[in-house]
Amino acid sequence: MLRQLEGSRAIAEAVARCRPQVVCAYPITPQTHIVEALGAMVKAGELAPCRFVNVESEFAAMSVAIGASATGARAYTATASQGLLYMAEAVFNAAGLGLPVVMTLANRAIGAPINIWNDHSDAMAVRDAGWVQLFAESNQAAVDLHLQAFRLAESLSLPVMVCVDGFVLTHAFERVDLPTAEQVDAFVPPFVPRQVLDPDHPVSIGAMVGPEAFEEVRYLGHVKQLRALEEIEVVAAAFVDHFGRQGGGLVQPYRTEDADVVIVAMGSVLGTLEDAVDAARDRGRRVGVVGLTTFRPFPADALAGAVSGARSVVVVEKAFSTGLGGVLATDVTLALGGRTGVATVVAGLGGRPITQASLTGVLERACDGTLEALTFLDLDRAVVDRELARMDASARSGPSAENILRDRGERARGPR
Amino acid sequence: MDEHGDAAGTAVRTGPGDSGRTPVKYYQVGSFAVGNRLVALEQRTVQADPERSNALTSGHRACQGCGEALGARYVLDAAMRATGGKVVAVNATGCLEVFTTPYPETSWQLPWLHSLFGNAAAVATGVAAALAATGRDDVRVVAQAGDGGTVDIGLACLSGMFERDDDVLFVCYDNQAYMNTGVQRSAATPPGARTATTEAVGPDPGAPFGQGKDLPRVAMAHDIPYVATATVADLFDLEAKVETAMAVHGARYLHVLVPCPLGWQTASADTVRVARLATESGLFPVFAAVDGQVTSASRIRHRVPVEAYLRQQGRYRHLFPSEDRPGRPDVVARIQAQADANIARYGLLADGDGDGDEDGTRPPGSGVAGSGVAP
Repeated sequence: MLRQLEGSRAIAEAVARCRPQVVCAYPITPQTHIVEALGAMVKAGELAPCRFVNVESEFAAMSVAIGASATGARAYTATASQGLLYMAEAVFNAAGLGLPVVMTLANRAIGAPINIWNDHSDAMAVRDAGWVQLFAESNQAAVDLHLQAFRLAESLSLPVMVCVDGFVLTHAFERVDLPTAEQVDAFVPPFVPRQVLDPDHPVSIGAMVGPEAFEEVRYLGHVKQLRALEEIEVVAAAFVDHFGRQGGGLVQPYRTEDADVVIVAMGSVLGTLEDAVDAARDRGRRVGVVGLTTFRPFPADALAGAVSGARSVVVVEKAFSTGLGGVLATDVTLALGGRTGVATVVAGLGGRPITQASLTGVLERACDGTLEALTFLDLDRAVVDRELARMDASARSGPSAENILRDRGERARGPR
Repeated sequence: MDEHGDAAGTAVRTGPGDSGRTPVKYYQVGSFAVGNRLVALEQRTVQADPERSNALTSGHRACQGCGEALGARYVLDAAMRATGGKVVAVNATGCLEVFTTPYPETSWQLPWLHSLFGNAAAVATGVAAALAATGRDDVRVVAQAGDGGTVDIGLACLSGMFERDDDVLFVCYDNQAYMNTGVQRSAATPPGARTATTEAVGPDPGAPFGQGKDLPRVAMAHDIPYVATATVADLFDLEAKVETAMAVHGARYLHVLVPCPLGWQTASADTVRVARLATESGLFPVFAAVDGQVTSASRIRHRVPVEAYLRQQGRYRHLFPSEDRPGRPDVVARIQAQADANIARYGLLADGDGDGDEDGTRPPGSGVAGSGVAP
């Protein structure tokens, strides 16, 4: 049924319909509204027999989820940014143990400098943890991906992280089509754990593994991720059957037929990109965009197929690897067989708005062949240069973030 | 329950605070450890039962004389008996995890999960929550960690589990340092003890005074239903405390002193003896607390000076004179003062004489309640 909902509320309702049995929560902006809503539902008895555990940290949240999942319960939590890093050790552990935990990541920048707004630094920091990582373009996609996440996780016995842009989606009110509980029950079967702590059939889980077998166990994790590539498409097809709309899969091409320039991106920026592409098409530019719904496992073949006709590929991403360049761009380059000419545009760091005007500039430069290999979109290079000059001039130039912030403030106030 | 209490009719445990020590006195051997054959069948330890669960079975790779292996075997088999074999164990990283599960072998004959070093309490919370959510309320959860996984890296998760009163028994096997990584200091390392990060060099050799955490008292400050200490020198008491703990729901904490021949530099055959000297000197008080109040303390039967305990251990060697060093009687005196303070705090001497005439158990409400939480 169609409702006008905050993204977090819509995600909470979707998770609730998947009948989680243990939900553990620690507050961190911007995911907090999700677990607040689930906590209220559990307390009111609407999700019985689900247990809601108020833990003392994100590390504990993932640890509770690990224990619950290994005991055969459907476990869910949500986090963001610093919280994800604080639980990082347990994030890797959940994947290594093959436990089908589902977690919402309300994407947010990582400090220092502390920043509560959206980018993808958090998700990229754990890209090698062994989780399936899905990215939502809209609140509808967030709902649809959560429904699929539980089914995917449990069929693969792998944890699944649904990445949702903080504030841009979590706090945005949009029209969302929420399925009924009956529809979800038909789509998400009861959890049958592959391994479970049961006194009647005792097993040891989490044993020490030395050099004689570690590589094989790790490789199995890779094989499972490759199988996930197939399973994600199977589940996406089943989703269409059950709910009558698209919502999932590996990649989403948009107007890529005959495109000379194809932008690759993830998350909520795709909507703005599609508008920019429409406008560029109206100007006669042959451009398109490919959204990655699945980031891990990396859909290399699907992506290569979607950009095969393009003269140049531009990756617009909300994170970067300091001292190298794009994170997603590196993966894209690898997936395209080391193809040269993949340009990176780092954009939207720490919540800086990515405007259609700026993206239009990127498209124009890409079409004209003047786009640099690495661009920081809307970067105020002048204030960076001023700070560099201060650092060169004095061994004690002070805290850089505060200096840059002051310079930006003076710029905004204008000359006195 | 009460296999070795009710039958004798003299040591009925009426509440979770009672010490379960058997009333039989083993003066013949001066030990609580070898007395099984001296008592009636029904009074013997769970471990003496050929039908015991052997939750931690033979073939593991612990060092000879490992106090932790001994303690864990008694704890888990007692927990298994108390619950009809319905126990899930969660383990922190550490010696116990490493020596029991060299891939692809395992010594665990109960469902067992190891996740990380610092999260055993939280993982156990998750297990308990899942059992409750899936209607398996008959299955109970025991979490185990060494002192590092308890008082240091695991403390945040442990404190969270305590304050939520989650239905978990958390057992700390305290060997007073990071033995698995090569004997480094933890916040449970006692003053004066040599570790690899508190070497016996300089003007203040060994671990510093004025540092460290007293986790049983930290646990009591959470007002959880049951906190107890025990050692591998009194295995009747250890089993009884596990049994008492498993009869209670909510967060429970058991702190077991387990000598480590490697880290303490003791002979493998001396593990039980050294643990007994720890209690008989007053350095390790054995007591139980209910709802944050001390309800019983095991009295010292043959009080010994701390020197008798310290001299057994190479980690304190630098405190005593030898050909190349004068010894540190001043440090020994400070450690003795700690033992004296413990004896006063918990009332560990029988009417002040400590000659062993008492049965070693102080009855509840005999004046020690509350002293356990005094600073």
